[in-house]
Amino acid sequence: MNAAIPAALQEQLAYQFSQVIGFIYPNEVEMQWSILIVIYPYITGIVAGAFILASLVKVFNVREVQPIYRLALLTALAFMLIAGMPLQLHLGHPERAYEIFFSPQPTSAMAMFGFVYLWYLLGVLLIEVWLEYREQLVLMAREATGKLKLLYRALSLFSNDISPEAVAWDHRVSKVVTVIGIPSAFLLHGYVGFIFGSVKANPWWASVLMPIVFLMSAIVSGIAMVMLAYIVISMLRNAKIDMACLNKVGLFLLVAVIVDSAFEGLDYIHRVYQSDESIKILGQLVSVKLFDSLVVMQVLLGMVLPMVILALARNTRLNEDLLKIMYFVSALLIELGVFSMRWNVVVGGQMYSKSFRGLMAYKMELTGIESLTTAFVLLCLPFIILTVLNYLLPIRWMDERRSAHA
Amino acid sequence: MNKREFLKDVVLFFPAAGVLGALACKAAGKEVSASTSTGYDASQHWYGMGVDVDKCIGCNRCAEACKIENNVPEEPFFFRTWIERYTIHADGEVKVDCISTKTPEQRLAEQNAPVDPSVVRTFFVPKLCNQCANPPCVQVCPVGATFQTKDGVVLVDETYCIGCRYCIQACPYGARFLNPTTHTAEKCTFCYHRITKGQLPACVEVCPTEARIFGDLRSKQDRLVRFQRENVISVLKPDLNTEPKVRYAKLDGEVR
Repeated sequence: MNAAIPAALQEQLAYQFSQVIGFIYPNEVEMQWSILIVIYPYITGIVAGAFILASLVKVFNVREVQPIYRLALLTALAFMLIAGMPLQLHLGHPERAYEIFFSPQPTSAMAMFGFVYLWYLLGVLLIEVWLEYREQLVLMAREATGKLKLLYRALSLFSNDISPEAVAWDHRVSKVVTVIGIPSAFLLHGYVGFIFGSVKANPWWASVLMPIVFLMSAIVSGIAMVMLAYIVISMLRNAKIDMACLNKVGLFLLVAVIVDSAFEGLDYIHRVYQSDESIKILGQLVSVKLFDSLVVMQVLLGMVLPMVILALARNTRLNEDLLKIMYFVSALLIELGVFSMRWNVVVGGQMYSKSFRGLMAYKMELTGIESLTTAFVLLCLPFIILTVLNYLLPIRWMDERRSAHA
Repeated sequence: MNKREFLKDVVLFFPAAGVLGALACKAAGKEVSASTSTGYDASQHWYGMGVDVDKCIGCNRCAEACKIENNVPEEPFFFRTWIERYTIHADGEVKVDCISTKTPEQRLAEQNAPVDPSVVRTFFVPKLCNQCANPPCVQVCPVGATFQTKDGVVLVDETYCIGCRYCIQACPYGARFLNPTTHTAEKCTFCYHRITKGQLPACVEVCPTEARIFGDLRSKQDRLVRFQRENVISVLKPDLNTEPKVRYAKLDGEVR
């Protein structure tokens, strides 16, 4: 008795099979890495980008960005807590995932993910957040009562010393952690790019520029996400937006988008000019399968348009409300563009045959584990976590307390 | 050591010994099954397969036998081995299709169709895992579930594979798929359960024209070694440095 294919998968494969253009190797009819693997680099990228934005304050002393320092850290943490979930859900045997930690294969780029992820989460991000919030946690524990008091005591790891010397020590250590954190953030997302870039079987992925492109787009998406969060949270709280901060973040975003587009452009120019045996099928891939998601969404709407808007926003004579709208729209477009970029890399790379003779289709499921619904839930989770974090560790608590005392 | 410490140590000893014993048994069991239980010594072999493209008549019996022998899903989506058909037209156009994904009725109807005068040449190419000496699938497996045996065959330990599909992405030949029942990566094993008993892989066994030659590249008297000596040999995608051990004779440059 031969192994049977579940009905839902059979239906999906039959549809994809009917949509094949040209010739493909028969096993290629199944899309191996689906929407969940699209959102994985998207989420990880936001973590790396948000952290790098936060590091501008700590390491490079960019004072204007101080108002969003904590928000950037919490955004990085909220997305980091979810980053591993799409991978876990995608596995054929999620119950064996621990093997990556306990018996990793040293030659595998993917095997290092567990360690890079854990290092970044435990070695950098949690320590950084804890050091930043320790003083506040001690004070909150002192003021709270009942279970909340116990929670804050536990979160502060039962520390109690908030003398100026102790707090200064926190800041010094925090700076060291950030200095270590910057290369770690680069490693985290550069490595994600390497997972794709090192697959020599797939010319759409195999590029030495892939880690750099992933890293730059990560920085872009992280900065844009923190900017969006800052604008939305300020609006919800009816708080005044610090325009000096927003302008500075806007400038960094513009520079990051320019550098990112330069690398992505270089990658495309290099491919076209080098024109190896895959160029014909990759050309068809772009024109037939990826025109909307690559040319329209990733490049025009997600890169060129926000770049123009951000450049126009450098005009200081514009009024504040217009600037806020411009920043909001450009950040939103950038998120759309970076998400499209992840889609075009992950799904696009599986839409042409390695025989270079045909194109495949992808029918996304609406429900089930690897579905649009799961992807949507996973993308919403970081925002829920961010809300909870913001509730437990109010970003402006110390500022408000200081101004109340003043 | 006082009485209390002694008793404490005794209590700890038994679970610790149990765990270590179980691990040792597991490791020993693996070693036995890999080499000595059948008297088979993997280190003495280096298996490969020759494919004589001119001899393949596209009967698809190899693909069917493989599905039966290895419990491969019957539906036309997953294959450990399959047959491609190349049709070269007078204007230089090359059409490729996979006859293994077609039903027997479809294949019969195509055979009975009138001859297209614009076709100048057709040929069939059996495909399977290339059992690369430098396998990218083994390189990328995050847990080492895909591995190369001492006799050069690339296998997947389905009790260990986590189903991440990275190996499927890394294979340049489309030779891998995720088994929808076991949710683990699957591919041609050269019928490892047969060859270690001295039998031929199922596809080789059933081929009516001997288009497939299985053999041991380490043995100078082997048919495969002779086949390599007597033919102009090519491998698929040599530029990727995977060093395939599936060697083709009279392979057209159109085949990738």
